[in-house]
Amino acid sequence: MAGQTHSKGYDVIVIGAGHNGLVTAAYLARAGQKVLVLEAGDQPGGTAQTREFAPGFRVSAVAHILQALHPKVIGDLDLERHGLKPHANRIGTSALLPGGGRIDITDDPVATHDSIAKFSAADAAAWHPRMERLNRIAGALGTFLTKTPPSPSPSANDFQTRLALGMFALQLRLMGKKDMLELSRILTINVADLANDFFESDVVKGLLGFEATLGVYLGPRSPNTVFNLLYRLATLSPKHGLGGLHLPQGGMGGVIAALVKAAEARGVTIRTQAPVDHILIERERAVGVVLANGEEIRAPIIASSADPQRTLLKMVQPGNLDTEFLRRMRHLRMNGCVAKVHLALDALPGALAQAQGRMVVAPSTNHVERAFDCAKYGRVSDHPALEIVIPTLADPTLAPKGKHVASILYQYAPYKLRATTPDEARAQVLDRTLATLEEVAPGTRHAVTASEVLVPHDLESRFNLSGGQWHHGEVTLDQVFFLRPAASFQQYRMPLPGLWLCGAGAHPGGNVSGAAGANAAREIIKDLKQGHANRGAA
Amino acid sequence: MTHVQHLKPFLKKTPFYEPMSALMHGAGWIRWQGYYSPAFYDSVQSEYFAARNGATVYDVSPLIKYAIRGRDAAKFANYLVTRDLGKIKPMNAAYTAWCDDDGRMIEEGTIFRLGENEFLLNAALHQLHWLHESAYGFAVEIEEVSEQLAGLSLQGPTSRLILEQLGVQGIGKLPHFGILETTIDGKWLRIDRAGFTGDLGYEIWVKPQDALWLWESLFRIGDPYKISPMGGHALEMTRIEAGFILVDVDYIGAHHALRPTQRVSPFEAGIGWAVALKKDSYFVGKRALQKEKAQGTSRFILSGVEIEGRKPAPGAFLYADQKGTKELGLTTSAMWSPLLKKNLAFAQLPAAYAKPGTEMWIEIWYPKEKKIERSMVRCWTRNRMFFDPPRKKEIV
Repeated sequence: MAGQTHSKGYDVIVIGAGHNGLVTAAYLARAGQKVLVLEAGDQPGGTAQTREFAPGFRVSAVAHILQALHPKVIGDLDLERHGLKPHANRIGTSALLPGGGRIDITDDPVATHDSIAKFSAADAAAWHPRMERLNRIAGALGTFLTKTPPSPSPSANDFQTRLALGMFALQLRLMGKKDMLELSRILTINVADLANDFFESDVVKGLLGFEATLGVYLGPRSPNTVFNLLYRLATLSPKHGLGGLHLPQGGMGGVIAALVKAAEARGVTIRTQAPVDHILIERERAVGVVLANGEEIRAPIIASSADPQRTLLKMVQPGNLDTEFLRRMRHLRMNGCVAKVHLALDALPGALAQAQGRMVVAPSTNHVERAFDCAKYGRVSDHPALEIVIPTLADPTLAPKGKHVASILYQYAPYKLRATTPDEARAQVLDRTLATLEEVAPGTRHAVTASEVLVPHDLESRFNLSGGQWHHGEVTLDQVFFLRPAASFQQYRMPLPGLWLCGAGAHPGGNVSGAAGANAAREIIKDLKQGHANRGAA
Repeated sequence: MTHVQHLKPFLKKTPFYEPMSALMHGAGWIRWQGYYSPAFYDSVQSEYFAARNGATVYDVSPLIKYAIRGRDAAKFANYLVTRDLGKIKPMNAAYTAWCDDDGRMIEEGTIFRLGENEFLLNAALHQLHWLHESAYGFAVEIEEVSEQLAGLSLQGPTSRLILEQLGVQGIGKLPHFGILETTIDGKWLRIDRAGFTGDLGYEIWVKPQDALWLWESLFRIGDPYKISPMGGHALEMTRIEAGFILVDVDYIGAHHALRPTQRVSPFEAGIGWAVALKKDSYFVGKRALQKEKAQGTSRFILSGVEIEGRKPAPGAFLYADQKGTKELGLTTSAMWSPLLKKNLAFAQLPAAYAKPGTEMWIEIWYPKEKKIERSMVRCWTRNRMFFDPPRKKEIV
């Protein structure tokens, strides 16, 4: 089939023009396939788009820091030639404390040391070697971001997968005995214990606790949180990501613009405002899609970058998949717990202007844990942990001249609410964000001229994220690697022949990395070469 | 049946308990799904021969019954089971299996199509959780209605005559697996032509309050037709002769298996004929079953076996040779058939040995004068339906 194009139709339909959908489309087009991308929204990008939220003020709609975009994807798709400046506007992290103190974590080890030393000399000395070690360990795990997870039944793995697995084992071994034992020790534990092990000051422990719980429905004392930390660190290494945090030019939409150009340059057709109602199934194979307006489009390969629940529970109509598989999909942990707050600011308060580009409010382990306690009982955190960026410091064109935008992650605002309506949650998130900001950056409240809050319910209704979960399913040990989205279905093939999953719901999960899209494309191409692209998983 | 004794405070009584109790001569009660159920009344032998020569009455009220209704009921039922229900018209029933994702059998039973979108599923084990899980996304209501119906299985060569005498119009024309509903003496009856004895027979369903009326009417009218109550022991003999498999006896239900390899596919359980791979829609486990069929990975086929001699052979090993060097499989159910005068068994046999007439050897251990002795005798693969009289499906 490779290279063959249908005179009238498409070889592949990609559902969703988010970053992963576009990456899959571009890779497949590069391999000679005629690809159509169908996007429900009015512009490509999904959760990675840049949107105007108040007249003249634009902001990255959901994801706002670029760190994980994989160098291989950038290279393979020539994204820099298509206008992407992946390494522009590198930023550090400041942990802000109520009352004005802060530590700055930057690429400058001396400055970082001095900044932490104001709170604890021991932590200042420990920071660099501890983080180096975690980075080293995370780097070994990072190797697998761009690999297809192996099948649990050994005979089902091809040579490349077995080789990758072997190389992974070798890499773990090459870390040396100490690092390998440390990895075994910390992989499943909670970050509060790790922080206590490594550091003594609340501010450093709080920061670590926040980094390890961002985007998962877990508190710092929940098991598994060190894994989330390692996962995030893996994407921070220059080998498996961009080597640091960046505020993309033009917001996250800038990345999408480059991906759209890269895809279109290879002949991909992108249609917006074309929501897929369901997948067309004939003789128990996916043979096309039916749009909400009833239009039917056919192609032998359907790759969905929508999340697994949306793809398999909604787009695949009842009666086409097996009972236990569907139960697994229904029970994926998808309780989104991060709200997004956008503020239009007349002026930038000093505390926000002087800090590094990314600011975190998580003054202690207990602060984050208590914030999670609220979420555990279905409430919006009384005292949230926040991640704040000011995109206008990197790209002033996002706001009218002299004005600024604050883009804030509010942790925790759970999707599963008890005795709170989404409307109430939205109001609480705004109130509590402003109250918290007032503590760390006095004067912010008076600078706000407009605001927007997206609680997980909004993320679900506007961006079709089931459960408002940013990563299409939490990235926890039980939902990664060969268990993502479910055991036996980890190689991007879904049980329905012809249907593939190419979004963050598949390995390696969330972040604007493009890895899931690239991996899925590689598997599709592999099957095309063998002539059985619509074979299905089982 | 002493094991019932300590359960007595908990066992429920079906609507037929009182009349059954009056006929119970020995300690014949066993439990079936939490109800008192007769294993035997007096003599298993006489109950067995009544089934084969007259008519027997067996209380099937404890069967678990699920009503499946709603806009998508037909679609859902056809997704749930392996048979093609598209070919089953309203007021007909079908014997079918239902499987898990891997095409391993959860159970088999009878599904009654009462209307275009109205079904009743009879099962031996509780299935509500599985039905609800499978129904995700379908516009269906599933309700357990087990105690809303009381049922008697009337089986045997004279069963039709008894129903004619009872005044059931058109009973002679009711096809095998057909269903009819009628009113007699102002009582509602649903009669289906099916059963577990492999003979001419019917299942009669009434409202629980009419149970005594049904029992008394049948026995009053049936007296000249050699009607007799029957217990589970005699039923067990008739169902082996008829070739019917029993969950957790002849195969382990997928949800009861202690390890995955214990589960079996319908092909392995010898009811491959009930798997409609050509059905034009998907059903749970279809992809796995297609693969099993295409790759020939069935490990065995549950087949009928006729054994030399008279020693019953439950749980006996079969071999390709008299020395017993090549093991083939194991028997599940086994019995000496008083009617056929044959030594019968069901056995899990490799496909190559499942062809009727194939000669094998079987190792039987049997008690003799306080010792256990071994005999290695010949046996032959047979059609599992050992007893299949033409009257079973005959229309008059």
